[in-house]
Amino acid sequence: MVNVIINGHKMNVPKDYTILKACDDLGIHIPTLCHDERIDPHAACRLCIVEIEGMDELPTSCSTKVKDGMKIKTHSNRVRKARKDILSLIVANHPLDCIMCDNSGNCKLQEYCYEYGISEVEFKGEKKNYKTDYSNPFYYSDQNKCINCGKCVRICNELQCVGAIGFNERGFKTHIGAPFDMELNESECVSCGNCVSVCPVGALMPKIKERIRYEELKEVRTTCPYCGVGCQMDLLVLDGKIVDVKPADGPSNENLLCVKGRFGFKFLDHPDRLKKPLIKRDGKFVETSWEEAYKIIAKNIKKIKNENGPDAFAGFSSARCSTEENYLFQKLFRAALGTNNVDHCARL
Amino acid sequence: MDIYRSHVIICGGTGCTSSNSDKIEEKMINNIKDKNLDKEVKVVRTGCFGLCEAGPIVVVYPEGAFYSHVKLKDVDEIVNEHLLKGRIVKRLLYKEAFSEGKLKSVNEIDFYKKQRRLVLDNCGVINPEDIDEYIAYDGYMALGKVLTEMKPLDVINEIKKSGLRGRGGGGFLTGRKWELTYNANSDIKYILCNADEGDPGAFMDRSILEGDPHAVIEAMAIAAYAVGANKGFVYIRAEYPIAVRRLQIAIDQAKEKGLLGENIFETDFNFDLEIRLGAGAFVCGEETALISSIEGERGMPNNKPPYPSDKGLWNKSSLINNVETFANIPKIILKGSDWFKEIGTEESPGTKVFALGGKIKNTGLVEIPMGTTLREVIYDIGGGIPNNKEFKAVQTGGPSGGYLTADLIETPIDFESLSTFGSMMGSGGMIIMDEDNCMVDMARFFLDFTVDESCGKCTPCREGTKRMLEILEKITKGNGELEDLDNLESLANTIKQASLCGLGQTAPNPVLSTLKHFREEYKAHVIDKTCPTGTCKDLLSFYITDECKGCTKCSKACPVDAIEGEVKQKHIIDRDKCIKCGECVSQCPFDAIIKK
Amino acid sequence: MTNSIKEIEGTDLMFVTGSNTTENHPVIATKMRRAIKKGAKLIVADPRKIELADDADVFLQIRPGTNTALFNGLMHVIIKEGLEDKNYIENRCENYEALKELVKDYTPEKVAEICNINSKDLIKAAKLYAKANKASIFYAMGITQHTTGTYSVMAIANLANLCGNIGIESGGVNPLRGQNNVQGACDMGALPNVYPGYQKVEDSEVNKKFEKAWESKLSDKVGLTIPEMLDSADNGDVRFLYVMGENPMISDPDTNHVEKVLNETEFLVVQDIFLTETAELADVVLPAAAFAEKDGTFTNTERRIQRIRKAIDAPGEAKPDWLIIMEIMNSIGYDKKYNNPAEVMEEIASVTPQYGGISYDRLALKVDGLGLQWPCPTNTHQGTKYLHKGNHARGKGLFLPHDHSDSKELPDKEFPLIMTNGRVLYHYHTRSMTGRVKGLNEKAPESYIEVNPSTASKLNIVNNEKVKVISRRGEIKTKVKITDIVAPNVVFIPFHYKEGSANVLTNPALDKIAKIPEYKSCTVRIEKL
Repeated sequence: MVNVIINGHKMNVPKDYTILKACDDLGIHIPTLCHDERIDPHAACRLCIVEIEGMDELPTSCSTKVKDGMKIKTHSNRVRKARKDILSLIVANHPLDCIMCDNSGNCKLQEYCYEYGISEVEFKGEKKNYKTDYSNPFYYSDQNKCINCGKCVRICNELQCVGAIGFNERGFKTHIGAPFDMELNESECVSCGNCVSVCPVGALMPKIKERIRYEELKEVRTTCPYCGVGCQMDLLVLDGKIVDVKPADGPSNENLLCVKGRFGFKFLDHPDRLKKPLIKRDGKFVETSWEEAYKIIAKNIKKIKNENGPDAFAGFSSARCSTEENYLFQKLFRAALGTNNVDHCARL
Repeated sequence: MDIYRSHVIICGGTGCTSSNSDKIEEKMINNIKDKNLDKEVKVVRTGCFGLCEAGPIVVVYPEGAFYSHVKLKDVDEIVNEHLLKGRIVKRLLYKEAFSEGKLKSVNEIDFYKKQRRLVLDNCGVINPEDIDEYIAYDGYMALGKVLTEMKPLDVINEIKKSGLRGRGGGGFLTGRKWELTYNANSDIKYILCNADEGDPGAFMDRSILEGDPHAVIEAMAIAAYAVGANKGFVYIRAEYPIAVRRLQIAIDQAKEKGLLGENIFETDFNFDLEIRLGAGAFVCGEETALISSIEGERGMPNNKPPYPSDKGLWNKSSLINNVETFANIPKIILKGSDWFKEIGTEESPGTKVFALGGKIKNTGLVEIPMGTTLREVIYDIGGGIPNNKEFKAVQTGGPSGGYLTADLIETPIDFESLSTFGSMMGSGGMIIMDEDNCMVDMARFFLDFTVDESCGKCTPCREGTKRMLEILEKITKGNGELEDLDNLESLANTIKQASLCGLGQTAPNPVLSTLKHFREEYKAHVIDKTCPTGTCKDLLSFYITDECKGCTKCSKACPVDAIEGEVKQKHIIDRDKCIKCGECVSQCPFDAIIKK
Repeated sequence: MTNSIKEIEGTDLMFVTGSNTTENHPVIATKMRRAIKKGAKLIVADPRKIELADDADVFLQIRPGTNTALFNGLMHVIIKEGLEDKNYIENRCENYEALKELVKDYTPEKVAEICNINSKDLIKAAKLYAKANKASIFYAMGITQHTTGTYSVMAIANLANLCGNIGIESGGVNPLRGQNNVQGACDMGALPNVYPGYQKVEDSEVNKKFEKAWESKLSDKVGLTIPEMLDSADNGDVRFLYVMGENPMISDPDTNHVEKVLNETEFLVVQDIFLTETAELADVVLPAAAFAEKDGTFTNTERRIQRIRKAIDAPGEAKPDWLIIMEIMNSIGYDKKYNNPAEVMEEIASVTPQYGGISYDRLALKVDGLGLQWPCPTNTHQGTKYLHKGNHARGKGLFLPHDHSDSKELPDKEFPLIMTNGRVLYHYHTRSMTGRVKGLNEKAPESYIEVNPSTASKLNIVNNEKVKVISRRGEIKTKVKITDIVAPNVVFIPFHYKEGSANVLTNPALDKIAKIPEYKSCTVRIEKL
């Protein structure tokens, strides 16, 4: 632990902490657009700059570790002025169509501009003019909205380890894309959407049919229904419908998902879903009530049990269903029907 | 070794080579052979002489005849007259080299008189492609001394005591850097040589590598021994083909001689060196970006700390020095830190190489002891401003630097003085400006360079320098407003304080410096909508004065028919049509056309 | 998995075999690649040059069905070079001499011949594995879905024990489970031979315990596995089949046979979220709620029990499976009632030692929300990160050496190619879910067969050409994809699709012990249309 003075208050913080993390723990809010706990500091957006006594420049708190005796000011006039300038610079090269932006209300840039009172475009000049890439079925990339925080690139390279996207060109022309600006759908991209999930603005957005505002959605934490990794995720619900999925910080996935977990939920409201019990009459299915279905099943069970005993029953349980359901299924066969003829597709 | 009666030294620097010095050499050798002189006369192609203005340069010893502006057709005369008959070709001698009927030696020429050639001492003297010549001039003696007589910490202490400071721009104490790398806890360490010289007009590192590559190799080996490294990389831009080739030859020769590789000087010290080519991005001269580039990643800087001495190449402790810094090392080891400290000033010992350019007679490379004044460099060494124009300012530190105005001409050149007056040492670019240079335009020029070279990683540099440039362009086009100057200054300060790397942190310097020293010139652009020096085209208008005699030359010369007038009548320029090309001005025999 | 997913980042070496991790467990693959970036070594053994092979220090492109020989060969080299962990074997294992004796014959040359690999690569892989401080093995169905699957799994365990890699952090033997809750289904005894918690049905003590807990007379006779059920139904012994959330019409081998049996079964109940290919054949279809429409838990491949939570209502009258099962139980006179899945979990915890400490309260988001890894016997136990710490669960690590034996079908004149199959990134199992997601279908619209360029040119077939693929059990039509991912004598078909279904071709021959069909190796021929 080291002693530091933050905004005039003496604080005791762990010695391997960055200033940003120390402040975060102490409830001091420092804005940042490019920081992600899971990867090394990038120190590129420069919004998290702070003032440290004895230093001429304003170092970034995401990359600067605390030191004993350090005197830090997180919101001095100098810092606030520089942050305002940086936000103004970003805004000067960003479309101001927040009214129609899919990410409005969920946008860090919008939030910070509000916080720092950026009300007009101070610097007028050249603006980006890229074609939006809609080629991928699950998400689109609008480089005019990109603020070059580089989170997507670093997630793709350092966490997803696919390296489908990178920085193209340099300086003012820097933008994110696949090599040689080929369409994303033609690239190495595996559509995991982890870049989309970390984009702080509306540059990488999921293709969602419904018109949504993220702040209105209900989030429900659950486990991904696909493979056995058990990724944790949040289902985003609007009017009884799942409209998007957000990766969560589960022990096995640490905020990552794959294409199926991230984008493979649309089967839920597919018109093919079974909505009523069906019974086959003359080779054709007809809808029926639960009571009727249960009655037919019970009748058959009784008949077969009487004629052949319990081992004439067999059940395929399911690796798709919950643990509780598997328990009950085998219990149905063992305790209620009296046979051990129960198995599931563990072998498939 | 064969003994020759004459040596013909031909400059093989990039400047002279581009003026055919390679062909001159070839022809010289052939002619000498034809005359059966090849047993008596030896032709040596060296590195840069520094006096590029006078190139191609050929010097014949033992007389020390300094021939300048030598052309291919002059070779016959030099061979026939000088080498065969012993008659110096006076018409080809450098103007200063022959006075009062006497031949002046090279060192007596004004350009060289006040110089102290320490790192450049082999340049223009030895054949850089022959390791034996380097060895003959005490080459690799320092390495031998270090390996056989000194402990690593002794070496570091000697460098520390010398007070040598990094010549790449920052001026950080070299010995301290070595010590930090020595102390770093890393299983593998690397020695990196920054040869990614990027300032416009700067070419000292290139000249050292072209003229004396072994000095750098030897120094890197010494550094490796001192900090505990066994592997080094020279990161050099691919635009320096001669330097790359000579360095590779030097590395190969050193390996062959056992001066690189395993068990150097029969000790258990091993050191291997490789060249890594850069694609010429200015930002790759920034050490963390350079490291990324060697690693094969995009050349983007990373935040410091961690410093390279802690986590450098492939996250291993790495020592980075630039070419000129390294070139000092063998001298310091051989002659001792006390000797070194006697040169230069107390805080900035040693010499510094500058590339003189701009409005100065002797453009070229000069090496001066620290503490030499600007006046000495500009007037005594540089020969002053051409065409009797008035000296206006000198720009040092390249796109990261600032301006020193005429009233500061007595300023001694050292790290402290330059930064006190708002400029910096930088890597050694020195651009002289006269009364015709528009300072707003100069600032725009340098900013244009940094906007182009910004890597795009951090917001202030990527977005901010672009906006600054746009404001400057607005001003030079005559659309500026007074508040633009304040906005420019305010934005410049944010970029300076908040950018990630040295490029962004210093990019506003030329603007801040000109705003400080030449604010009136800015105001003229903004308020009066004029460019006092007549540089900013959009602000100029051409007028025909009453001196006009109506000769019609101007109207015939005008490519857009913007000048009308009867013969022997005063002509008039239609300013809507005029494209301000200036053709009329150059045609007018009566100086009757002015721009204002 | 003996170990945890998070431990991958700390490993020194990964040996990935019979698992196309980047496509089947993509998030685990990201951890593997991060480990590589940090300096971990990677050995890949697979019949296909899968993506991970590009990152591998050694890639062994083995012939399908030669896993046991490969592992025996690796152990041969390790023992010959004296690289085995002598202390570990001495203190923690038994039956080592038998292993030593058996692998003696598996010289690199012999194994290289069997597996169709280079013996130098085999030696290199063996040394890499043995010299790594913490070496971890990852495998999936490429190992198990062979008639020799169980022996291969034992050989893997032998290899891990030989080098002292069981019971250590970031080491272990790690089968990657392919389905969200296959672990939970196994844990709950959805298997014919065990009750929840792998308690054997033949064990009379166990039987008594469950009879008491469930208040019912229980059978102590081991039941039928799925392939056996189908055979039993075929001959009329099984008359009532209840299929919950499975689609054997696509997923089981020898589809033609499955279809015949299901058609002939007297009474077939299918409970699912869609009218699957299997449901089409049912007498009664019950509409079930999907994962987002109910509460419950899934147990992942690292034994972690995690919650699922109801986010939306099920469509129409669809009900959660647990409720349907309970109502059926109640309708046939078994009266136990549960108000919610939490109550089911209470009962699970009371009869399943490994789940003894699991409750919804402990899995609640506000507590830690991270789930618990079994064994977690008591409600104060923090769960188990990796198994066999200090000691093997059974006492000593038992070496169980077995010889290599060939796949049931080997290439011959009539069927010259070995077919293997698997999944693709964009689809899941029988596509009943992913097949109804537009973007996923765009990315992977249809079945195909991977053919090596040399084989393709021999057969005079070109990319995207539709061909007939024929095995002893059936034939399909599918598109050709020419690629050197597969070796010249091997072809690969993803098994997801109904059209061009790989399982029309697969061999239902079973592993004698685990009763797993030999999906991963059968023989076929390709004919032009």
